[in-house]
Amino acid sequence: MEITVRGLWTLIHGMGFGALYLLACSGAAVELFRLTSSATPTATPAQERFLKLYLLTMVVLAWFAVLTGAYIVYPWYRAVPPSGTADLAMFPQRLLLSSPSTSGWHSLGMEWKEHVAWLAPISITMVTAVFLQYGRDLRQHRALRTAALTFTAASFLAAGVAGFFGAMINKHAPVDGGHIIQLSQGEAK
Amino acid sequence: MSASSQTASTASAASTNGSGAAAILSAGIGAFCIGLFAVAADKSPHIKALLNIYKPTGPLSGVTTAAIAIWLASWFVLALLWRSRDVRLARVTAIAFVLLGLSFLLTFPPIADLL
Repeated sequence: MEITVRGLWTLIHGMGFGALYLLACSGAAVELFRLTSSATPTATPAQERFLKLYLLTMVVLAWFAVLTGAYIVYPWYRAVPPSGTADLAMFPQRLLLSSPSTSGWHSLGMEWKEHVAWLAPISITMVTAVFLQYGRDLRQHRALRTAALTFTAASFLAAGVAGFFGAMINKHAPVDGGHIIQLSQGEAK
Repeated sequence: MSASSQTASTASAASTNGSGAAAILSAGIGAFCIGLFAVAADKSPHIKALLNIYKPTGPLSGVTTAAIAIWLASWFVLALLWRSRDVRLARVTAIAFVLLGLSFLLTFPPIADLL
């Protein structure tokens, strides 16, 4: 069982940061809604502190996801092959564009993903800043609360689009190559 | 600063909506700039070259760096202007939502191709 360095970075970007961020989104939305709702008892300082830490963790995950995507994985994805290269396996963008049945994964999927993904860290950074400042007092600022919840939903949508297309693109044209890391030695059957 | 004056200043900052409004509007501006610069780089070879600040990543590096710079700068300025004020939040959030919606539309290739 082995994995290449490029494959490992793609895994860290997509599963390590991206998927974890997506998982965290629903928790953030529920807790934000609950702790700042006038229909529920006032949150304790410990609950408020927990949500602040939770949101700060999401901010870190979101920024690491887009930064590793744009500056580590994406350059490998868009690498230009030397002229005359027949095997495009190491050049995912060109591999996708080489066939009408897969070109849409780049021209629609990657073109949307590479930009829309950035709405997630911007949105969740704002939501976190607002909650750090107002905390449970957000229940007294209805419009701020609505905006924070809406941007949390937008962040989830942006990360969802990026995650979906990232997974599909990597299925059709995996970012692979570089040094091979041996994870375990299996037995041939 | 004494503990009592610290408490008073925190309570005052949290009792106005200005700094929250600044964060919300600037996030809308930052998101919109991502879409706007993405379309601009797609339509104009000159802007595309200008935004290509890190060659391995291509114009995406400039699109996002410029948008983040504008987002943070607008946040800083709006926070300074609004920090101890109450602003008309309904209008501010409506503008932020429109900008956020436009950013989703502008980054969506079939819509960007129509422009």
